[in-house]
Amino acid sequence: MTKVSMTVNGRTVSGEAEGRTLLVQFLREGLGLTGTHVGCDTSQCGACVVHVNGQMVKSCTVFAQDVAGADVRTIEGMANADGSLSVLQQAFQDHHGLQCGYCTPGMVMSAAALLKDNPKPTEVEVRHHLEGNICRCTGYHNIVKAVLAASGQDVSKIAAE
Amino acid sequence: MHNFDFVKPSTIAEAVSALSHEGAQALSGGQTLIPTMKQRLAAPGTLVSLTGIAEMQGVCLGDGGLHIGAATPHAVVAREAKAHYPALASLAAGIGDPAVRNRGTIGGSLANNDPAACYPSAVLASGATIVTNTRTIGADDYFQGMFTTALHDGEIITSVVFPIPEKAAYVKFDQPASRFALTGVFVAKYAGGVRVAVTGASQDGVFRWREAEAALTANFSPAAVSGLTVDSRHMIADLHGTPAYRANLVKVLTGRAVAAAS
Repeated sequence: MTKVSMTVNGRTVSGEAEGRTLLVQFLREGLGLTGTHVGCDTSQCGACVVHVNGQMVKSCTVFAQDVAGADVRTIEGMANADGSLSVLQQAFQDHHGLQCGYCTPGMVMSAAALLKDNPKPTEVEVRHHLEGNICRCTGYHNIVKAVLAASGQDVSKIAAE
Repeated sequence: MHNFDFVKPSTIAEAVSALSHEGAQALSGGQTLIPTMKQRLAAPGTLVSLTGIAEMQGVCLGDGGLHIGAATPHAVVAREAKAHYPALASLAAGIGDPAVRNRGTIGGSLANNDPAACYPSAVLASGATIVTNTRTIGADDYFQGMFTTALHDGEIITSVVFPIPEKAAYVKFDQPASRFALTGVFVAKYAGGVRVAVTGASQDGVFRWREAEAALTANFSPAAVSGLTVDSRHMIADLHGTPAYRANLVKVLTGRAVAAAS
């Protein structure tokens, strides 16, 4: 075991990690941050997406020791400072961008990464960006709608299909 | 997955030294290697991460064309190569998904040489040079069959140098679940002639379609390849496509790449 330190949601943390300890295990089992989900564990589904130094990554496909010292952000760090939902999270609630909710942390983290680089994406750009995030409830329409709404665009004309 | 020792050197020399030990394996972005290790198809005793080596990062113009550090992630190539070699940037922007592109690297892709990976087609069509810690290897000598390359044990790709073509395009027919190339064709037009490299189609991995190269060097238009036929004998057969289907895709995608080349 090796001691690994990093910044998670603005807080300096450290914990023990084996070589094979994945970032998602370090977050969930080491730090108790269970908001980041493991869906497929094969880097297909995107439920485990977090930000490492501002870049979205699949935390089931990164070793904890490889990101020692990094600045990591998880779904637990997405709410506003007063605990209220961020604009993006609120849009997921307002537009029912989730059904079972399992994929939601990854969807929110991926969408946040998109909006940081592209504040007014088109619907096609949103769908393309979310290619690596799978919703097995197939709730994609409302997820896309929530992301567009969070970007400040009018979604009233997008039908709830 | 089986446990292993993890080391993260900060220089190429340290990495070479770490890789000289029995059972050591290089780790770049890990987007293929980590899933492979989870399935216990690989069980190295030591993983040597190449992601902390500053001299293996980045995109810049230099002698011979565009130099790309081997540990540069796809997302960075997509962004930084755009002004110099748009077809290469566009290829990088279409690999996997955004999260994969933030970790996966060009050197990792080339060292693995997956028969359906995108980058090998760009390297072969561009006649790029693979630079390692000990030598340079021309693209025509580097790829030696499915998952097989000219690299020796412990040898590290440090950068790749791409001569910049007059015109080029990469057209990929996505395998929609994995977004690997069901078949992909990279066409690059240089003053000395046209090169056409095909990925995702052959059991032998990436290859040059020389008949199309000759036809396109004489006449760089989609019509130049419309009368050619592609031998399907060594094409990949799987549930996504038959050998004949892939052979047809090679021709169709080559025509589309020529039409799209800019």
